[in-house]
Amino acid sequence: MVAMVNIPETAAPGDIVEVKILISHPMETGFRTGADGNLVPRDIIHELRCLYAGEEVFRAEIFPAIAANPFLGFFLRATETAEVELLWTDEAGQEHSERRTLTVG
Amino acid sequence: MTHCPSRRTVVRLALAAPLALRLSPAAATPEAFRAALDDFTGGAPMTEGRVTLDVPLLVENGNAVPLKVSVESPMTAEDFVEEVAIFNELNPRPDVIRFHFTPRSGRAAAETRIRLNGTQNVHAVARMSDGSLWSAVTDVIVTAPACAES
Amino acid sequence: MILRAALLAGGLATAAAAEDRRTGYEMMSPELRAMQDDEMSNPGMLWVAEGAALWEAPEGPAGRSCAGCHGEAAQSMAGVAARYPAWDEASGAPVDLSGRIALCRTRHQGAEALEHESRPLLALAAYVARQSDGRPIAPDPDPRLDPWRETGRVLFTARMGQLNLACANCHDDHAGGRLGAAPIPEAHPTGYPQYRLQWEEMGGLHRRFGNCLTGIRAKPFAAGSPDYVALELYLMSRAAGLPLEAPAVRP
Repeated sequence: MVAMVNIPETAAPGDIVEVKILISHPMETGFRTGADGNLVPRDIIHELRCLYAGEEVFRAEIFPAIAANPFLGFFLRATETAEVELLWTDEAGQEHSERRTLTVG
Repeated sequence: MTHCPSRRTVVRLALAAPLALRLSPAAATPEAFRAALDDFTGGAPMTEGRVTLDVPLLVENGNAVPLKVSVESPMTAEDFVEEVAIFNELNPRPDVIRFHFTPRSGRAAAETRIRLNGTQNVHAVARMSDGSLWSAVTDVIVTAPACAES
Repeated sequence: MILRAALLAGGLATAAAAEDRRTGYEMMSPELRAMQDDEMSNPGMLWVAEGAALWEAPEGPAGRSCAGCHGEAAQSMAGVAARYPAWDEASGAPVDLSGRIALCRTRHQGAEALEHESRPLLALAAYVARQSDGRPIAPDPDPRLDPWRETGRVLFTARMGQLNLACANCHDDHAGGRLGAAPIPEAHPTGYPQYRLQWEEMGGLHRRFGNCLTGIRAKPFAAGSPDYVALELYLMSRAAGLPLEAPAVRP
């Protein structure tokens, strides 16, 4: 699964930095019929979490109304040099993650 | 010929031309929308304000509509935005996304891209750490190519 | 019938003058232009990223990668997408960019063929096209391509399908007008493969041709067919000088 993550590499203490993620995923709603006339099974990302220094700073509960190849942007307050981890769960319950280090100083 | 037609023109054309979104099935009922809203608010009253919901007035395709939401809040441990829920009225189900914030979010703001099954209202409801509820609503006109691939 | 009704309902504006060309990008809302312009928001970049990985991936019995022969795509592929389709000596016919990549795989890597419009071929084409982002379209001057461009012109102006419409009836005669609510573009293929919101994925120009032909109730040709390559050659000659968008986003 391809995902693109954008987090600044460095920040000053107290800075509010933007986190952006774009994930390659069909976000199949489960409401569409396929070429054979049958419903295409739902296949969506249900949740995305952002951990900073191991602590959850942001979470999104995601429904089928989020566009294919989902894009999310949000913020976090830079306080310490630590890992920023993005975790998301797909229809099969499989967890995926991307990690970046945010250097604060 | 302008490329940003007036609302009236677009509404008339939208009526004349078949809307062909991939997202096609039956829309949720007004009751389902109310139920989803009540599920989030617990029936408590909401006040309009403090929430800014930024969605284009007119979009060419409902498959990926840019949405930004932000809420006025100091985002301190004592006073922050806990959650923002986005709802629509006419998709097969009313829930769109729920953003959970913490004081470490720094800013109660998020963006994403949503699906809209035709012209409708989009709602944002914020729950603060003191339990109060604030809301915003905006309407979006969705046009779609008339001879689109199904 | 539906389309014809929509044509009438849409109201039809005059064709844009040839020296005043407008691309599909210029017809989009500011929000969609922003989606395309920001690398971090452009969903087509996911295919570019996949293509970058495939560029380095060994394929076939010799385990040879694209990079093994062509090196850094940023150097070797710069400007390539802006001049395609080009002449293929071995087959004595023109090929489009996807066709060239597919031939390279089978001839030089000995790898299994990739279908036109398949995800890996779209990803590689998107990655190669990315190396020409913003460059002016510069059709190959090879005179052997001229008869093919003429074939493309004939196809563009030939009435087809149950609605008995030619490409030119919309994209020349009514370009800048509207079909229903959708603006009718001048058919400049400045950004293929492209991410279409309608498709919710990346797709090639030949898939778009198929959509248009289905729209006029004509039977589409196969993606990668000589007719489509000829049409592409003609359209790229009309688009000469316009900047390539790689990857483009369209509604």
